[in-house]
Amino acid sequence: MSYWNPVEVMPVPELKALQLKQLKMLVYKLYTFSPFYRQKMKEAGVTPEDIQELDDVRKLPFMTKKDLRDGYPDKLFLASPREVVRYHASSGTTGKPTIVGYTQSDIDGWSESVARGLVSAGVGTDDVLQVCYTYGLFSGGLGLHYGAEKVGAAVVPASTGNTERQIDLVRDLNVTVIAATPSYLLHMGEVAERMGVDIRKDTKLRLGILGAEPWSERMRDRIYEHLGIKAIDIYGTSELSGPLWCECAEQDGIHVWGDLTLVEVLDPNTGEPVPPGQRGELVVTMLQKEALPIVRYRTGDITTLYEEVCACGRTHPRIGRIQGRVDDMIIVRGINVFPSQVEHSLMQNPEVGNEFQIVVDRKGALDSMLVKVELRPEAFGDRLFELDAIKDRLTHKLRDALNVGVNVEIVEPGSLPRFEGKAKRVVDKRVY
Amino acid sequence: MSENDKYRIKQLSIFSENRPNRLGAVAKVLKEGRINILGFSIAEGAGYGVIRVLVDKPEIAKDLLIKDGFVVKFTEVLAIQMQDTPGGLFDLTDQMKDINIEYGYGYRNPPYAVLIVRVEDIEQGIRSLLAGGLKLLDNVTFH
Repeated sequence: MSYWNPVEVMPVPELKALQLKQLKMLVYKLYTFSPFYRQKMKEAGVTPEDIQELDDVRKLPFMTKKDLRDGYPDKLFLASPREVVRYHASSGTTGKPTIVGYTQSDIDGWSESVARGLVSAGVGTDDVLQVCYTYGLFSGGLGLHYGAEKVGAAVVPASTGNTERQIDLVRDLNVTVIAATPSYLLHMGEVAERMGVDIRKDTKLRLGILGAEPWSERMRDRIYEHLGIKAIDIYGTSELSGPLWCECAEQDGIHVWGDLTLVEVLDPNTGEPVPPGQRGELVVTMLQKEALPIVRYRTGDITTLYEEVCACGRTHPRIGRIQGRVDDMIIVRGINVFPSQVEHSLMQNPEVGNEFQIVVDRKGALDSMLVKVELRPEAFGDRLFELDAIKDRLTHKLRDALNVGVNVEIVEPGSLPRFEGKAKRVVDKRVY
Repeated sequence: MSENDKYRIKQLSIFSENRPNRLGAVAKVLKEGRINILGFSIAEGAGYGVIRVLVDKPEIAKDLLIKDGFVVKFTEVLAIQMQDTPGGLFDLTDQMKDINIEYGYGYRNPPYAVLIVRVEDIEQGIRSLLAGGLKLLDNVTFH
């Protein structure tokens, strides 16, 4: 197996010991030098001496997007302006953007993280990697760029826009790896077809490093079938630096480098860890970030945590594909339900379409949950008992997947609302 | 092709969810297509139903309904002629003991009455009904 840094295959007990050491140092540093963190820790009644084992991270207070917003532009920075070598900013959908500063060491750690991921996915010095993420305040473009340069690949900093020129570059420069949003890659495929360029035959593209938007296994399959490109899922957000972690060639979870990061997956309501393999909110502590320290940052992203050693031999924890946002979560009879779970269960049933709607209501003291799905015309055949069987099958499947009572209603195709962009799948009729 | 194929009648089966006036929407499409309804029933399921219709121009009706967004299938049914007198149905049932009927509905068409049935095995159904001396209506009667 080839890896970028031997730390990737460090035995788990050693890795955990390293994480604890770094966590202790981080907390000591923040408590001593950061007014923001000292204040937060005092409010939570925790001091550096309370961090004796890795699980003690749970004693530390959470950090949210609001903290970062309130800290605009650099109130949370630990590094002095002299030490800062770069700024990125996240788009502020609700007003002020979030500014992220980087010291040289932050840039190095970020590039190291991306480099490890790229190597694990099979990128090397022989590769030509075209970056189709935006360069600029958005961290996607430069993040991939630095990581790819670090592993010695040739980088084509195409950024976004002018798709026809992008396709010319892919063909003429023998680009083998493309970093883009999955939807843009599919769009490139369509444009290439119109241009008479066959991505499979006329280009050397073999790998896609895809992220920055939600996508699915089905899109992965589609990209492979249509374009012959193996799709690798990459994750990161600007608050944490930018794109940070991706899947290895096994495509079985995103490797999170434990020496740089401590991840938790928590129940968004209780803040307690969920059992391994269960969905929860990704909460991140960056162990080595200097300019803008990040401790127990609630990403709002829903994922699952796997601690087993990967088939590739890397020992660091993995997270699953991002399955939605905490904001999308609904609580039915005390159980957390994510629309993505419903989508996943329905996807495997050819009798119904992809559109669905969840209606939550309260009858007396009890919540009720109804899932409406559209019948596919091919599945209809005059007999009522066949329809009843489809409905029963879906009901059982959803109940098994969600652990909560669900009723299913089969509706006519085209009758559920369609959405441009983000779908509003949930209608909550409960009166609180 | 069997000579018995002429007894196979094309019924429209329309999926309908539990929404106000879906029947009205079906009827409107048929009206606008100048299609005549010859027989008709509604079956109610769990939150949805199936509207079953015999019409004079089934192919056109199906296309129009699909164009309007309905889920429509053809189902083959049989039309058995009955006496329009007391005991008319009873006289039939005696001959139908061995046939597995999935559903049925009737209508009056003086001087006789008609029972529409969907049977499990239509070819075998036709043979045993004819052998029992029953009169099946030819599909040209409808289409």
